[in-house]
Amino acid sequence: MSRIETADVVVIGAGIIGAACAEALSAAGMRVLVVDRGAPAGGTTAGGEGNVLLSDKAPGPELDLAVASRRRWPELIESLRAELGDEVARVEWEPKGGLVVASDRDAMGPLSILAEAQRAVGVEAVDLTPGEARAMEPYLTEDIAGAVHYPGDAQLQPVLAATAMLAAVRARGGEVRGWTEARGLVFDGSGRVAGVRIGDETIGCGAVVNACGPWAGHFSVAAGAPIEVLPRRGMVLVTAPLPHVVGRKVYAADYVAAVASSHVDLQVSAVVESTATGTVLIGSSRQRVGFDEALQVEVLRRLARSAVKLFPVLAGVPVMRTYGGFRPYTPDHLPVIGEDPRFAGLWHASGHEGAGIGLAPATGRLLADLMCGREPEVDPARFRVDRPAVMAEVRT
Amino acid sequence: MRRIVVIGAGPAGMAAASAAALHGVEVVLVDAGAKLGGQYFRQDALAPGDRFKLPSNVEHVANAAVWAIEPVDGGHRVHLRVGPADGPARRGRAVEARALVLATGAYDRALPFPGWDLPGVYTAGAAQALAKGQGVAVGDRVVVGGTGPFLLPVAASLIGVGARVVEVAEANAAVTGWLVNPVGALAGWSKSGELVRHAGTLARHRVPYRSRTAVIEAHGSECVESVTVARLDALWNPVPGSERRLEADAVTVGFGFTPQLELALAARCRVEDGFVVVDAAQGTSAPGVFAAGELTGIGGADLAASEGTVAGAAAAKFVGAAVEPPVRAMARVRSGRRFAAALNAAYPVRSGWHDWLRDDTIVCRCEEVTKRALFRAVDERDVGGVRSLKLVSGAGLGLCQGRVCGRNVAELVGVDGTGFAKRPIASPIRLAELAEEEPVETPVDAEESGRALGVEY
Ligand SMILES: Cc1cc2nc3c(=O)[nH]c(=O)nc-3n(C[C@H](O)[C@H](O)[C@H](O)COP(=O)(O)OP(=O)(O)OC[C@H]3O[C@@H](n4cnc5c(N)ncnc54)[C@H](O)[C@@H]3O)c2cc1C
Ligand SMILES: Cc1cc2nc3c(=O)[nH]c(=O)nc-3n(C[C@H](O)[C@H](O)[C@H](O)COP(=O)(O)OP(=O)(O)OC[C@H]3O[C@@H](n4cnc5c(N)ncnc54)[C@H](O)[C@@H]3O)c2cc1C
Repeated sequence: MSRIETADVVVIGAGIIGAACAEALSAAGMRVLVVDRGAPAGGTTAGGEGNVLLSDKAPGPELDLAVASRRRWPELIESLRAELGDEVARVEWEPKGGLVVASDRDAMGPLSILAEAQRAVGVEAVDLTPGEARAMEPYLTEDIAGAVHYPGDAQLQPVLAATAMLAAVRARGGEVRGWTEARGLVFDGSGRVAGVRIGDETIGCGAVVNACGPWAGHFSVAAGAPIEVLPRRGMVLVTAPLPHVVGRKVYAADYVAAVASSHVDLQVSAVVESTATGTVLIGSSRQRVGFDEALQVEVLRRLARSAVKLFPVLAGVPVMRTYGGFRPYTPDHLPVIGEDPRFAGLWHASGHEGAGIGLAPATGRLLADLMCGREPEVDPARFRVDRPAVMAEVRT
Repeated sequence: MRRIVVIGAGPAGMAAASAAALHGVEVVLVDAGAKLGGQYFRQDALAPGDRFKLPSNVEHVANAAVWAIEPVDGGHRVHLRVGPADGPARRGRAVEARALVLATGAYDRALPFPGWDLPGVYTAGAAQALAKGQGVAVGDRVVVGGTGPFLLPVAASLIGVGARVVEVAEANAAVTGWLVNPVGALAGWSKSGELVRHAGTLARHRVPYRSRTAVIEAHGSECVESVTVARLDALWNPVPGSERRLEADAVTVGFGFTPQLELALAARCRVEDGFVVVDAAQGTSAPGVFAAGELTGIGGADLAASEGTVAGAAAAKFVGAAVEPPVRAMARVRSGRRFAAALNAAYPVRSGWHDWLRDDTIVCRCEEVTKRALFRAVDERDVGGVRSLKLVSGAGLGLCQGRVCGRNVAELVGVDGTGFAKRPIASPIRLAELAEEEPVETPVDAEESGRALGVEY
């Protein structure tokens, strides 16, 4: 493959968000170079799960983006299959639906209210009695007050999905370059982005996308246009492969509260799901500890407890593995997607926190729409860069 | 009293525990096995008594799997489950210590070849353990393949339990110079005359020992019925036309050793070329963490024990005991390492094995990943790191967590394999066990913790 010397767009970061942006941009005919300082799809995207969820989002801009993304995923996979073949387009997509469980009456109230609000904006959410819930998930604990079924929730394997989109970028004449760190930008006389500094080299380009995930804040500083993106640590447990125990994605209603909260302290509420190989994934914790990777047994313990509480049969099942990553979050818990007001040609696509896998294709498309001057499908206003939560200078 | 924790009760761990105890330090010596001794001195688990005796201030915790190491202020917390691995009643324990000695050893490496996933193919270590521990032979007619002096005791043990060893296939050339014959090499590896006697056993039983030869395929429908051996060139490519078919119902393979790195990685010790990096005091890059034995390099039981003595003394010094440098053990370590380097240079693993595989040969047994699927994943998805490689190919994601396939897959694909050894959960733990609170034993001198000095001689 030839090395690109100049590109229309350089995407920095080959995680699922960078991959989705590059896919959408190359589909719009742009020549795209994607660089990653590590292995492509080896960052947060390889350290999380692959839930594509509507259920955990209250009506608002993130749910709008999620709905657009949920619609887009199967179309995108289909078009990748047509373009690249079955093998590359294999991303373990499973539209299996989700089940949110309220362990007691106290949890049932807020869950019903959320489901009602979601229905009002068109999300399919079916209230279930404990008996109906257990009929769907026979191994579920008997100790529940009720549940809501979300047929729209789905799952895929994030690294397969990201690498499939990157393969499409290459097939369209773009390039993906691993082990290549972007160190800063160069500008033309008018202050417009003219290139990216990569080591001692400068790659000329018309636009740059900062898709550095939890490190997007770092890169924005190096680029001279700081935005506020911070890491929120999460851990996942993986069991040994099991015969079928868990059908859908099943999680406790308090998960929604944990997702939306800004607490520094550890929060754990399990999302339990099976994967294509029969292992059960138990995720995930939320904790603000910077980029500290040290193992904390207490976190694993609490994950184990909440999983066994949902599925008592899992008690005797061995855990083979644990892994984790750092979710990129912004102080107002909304992604940043758009052009930086300080430098024309600098774009950001980051801050997707615990939903980047689900939100990737709509993010890529929104960014491409904005860059190409097309009418966006999703209202970009709430994701703009110059909002107080994201741009330090605006905040005052 | 000051406490250190030693993990692994092989030659290295036992020596470390003794050396530290000698300096008045309280030692908790943890091992997954039922008895002291580790791999080489493996004892019959069911026989009464123990061959080894340690000082009274060493608490030997047997049948104890360390499943996690967690950094805490001024040291580490070692999490164990105590009790038979598959039993229902393992107890949790968490022991804190300011200094750790890691002596978790190594396990033997199997290279894949067509048919290696058939029943009847064993790692040399497994065959040896069955023979030594339970008096069981893995087959009636056994071919012993691989490389290194270690093939001989395996063959001898098999003969000892009544198997017929059809052939010993050594993939490297016959060594020259002072390592001239495998018996000599063994004599250097361990002072034990027992090994030399084993080699005599092979000669008496007229077992052919062929160098530059390897088992490149195993055949059979349900289990191994025969194998193909071939001559190898210097890079381990089979010499065309040299193939021979041998009847056998079992094969053992051993291509050197892979250190058991997960706890060292969990404690954030620096690893280079697959081994933990240590200084002259066996100190790792992590303050208060020392490593000894096969973790730091493959060099046999005597070198492991000498390193253990040095590490135990340094750990005792680290927690405040008055310790003179153990100069004699340090000298033995230096000469042992020279010998080990020569030995390892004489028995390398050459890349020709990559071509023993066919497209449909399984490279990861747990997830049944073939060579074709592995390369497809790499080529079509262009992944460059272990984390993404595992997730796109499935290799290393199964029950063994890459212990068997990790190094082989990394070598085939051309990435650094250390990532396969990142296993923050070092041995499987049931969800209910994980959910349980464990009593935490803090160091007796916890108040004076926080000392982060290295040990220098
Ligand atoms: C435990 C856990 C569970 C999760 N579960 C889910 C889930 O079920 N569903 C869901 O939708 N989301 C989930 N997420 C969140 C999801 O993983 C993230 O939102 C998503 O992966 C973010 O993708 P990204 O591309 O922005 O970041 P990343 O994947 O981290 O990609 C950023 C890339 O940028 C590179 N980079 C950084 N700096 C530079 C530089 N200067 N130069 C070059 N390259 C650079 C990095 O190497 C990295 O590869 C989970 C996250 C965690 C941690
Ligand atoms: C089958 C076999 C035959 C050999 N034959 C010879 C020979 O003839 N001559 C010779 O000199 N050398 C021989 N060796 C090599 C010899 O075994 C090693 O040189 C020596 O045992 C290394 O000592 P060690 O203390 O480093 O590790 P080991 O003896 O391997 O001890 C490591 C110990 O750590 C324990 N451990 C590891 N991880 C954990 C954990 N997470 N929790 C709890 N415990 C843990 C293990 O149970 C084990 O007991 C042989 C090796 C094998 C495998």
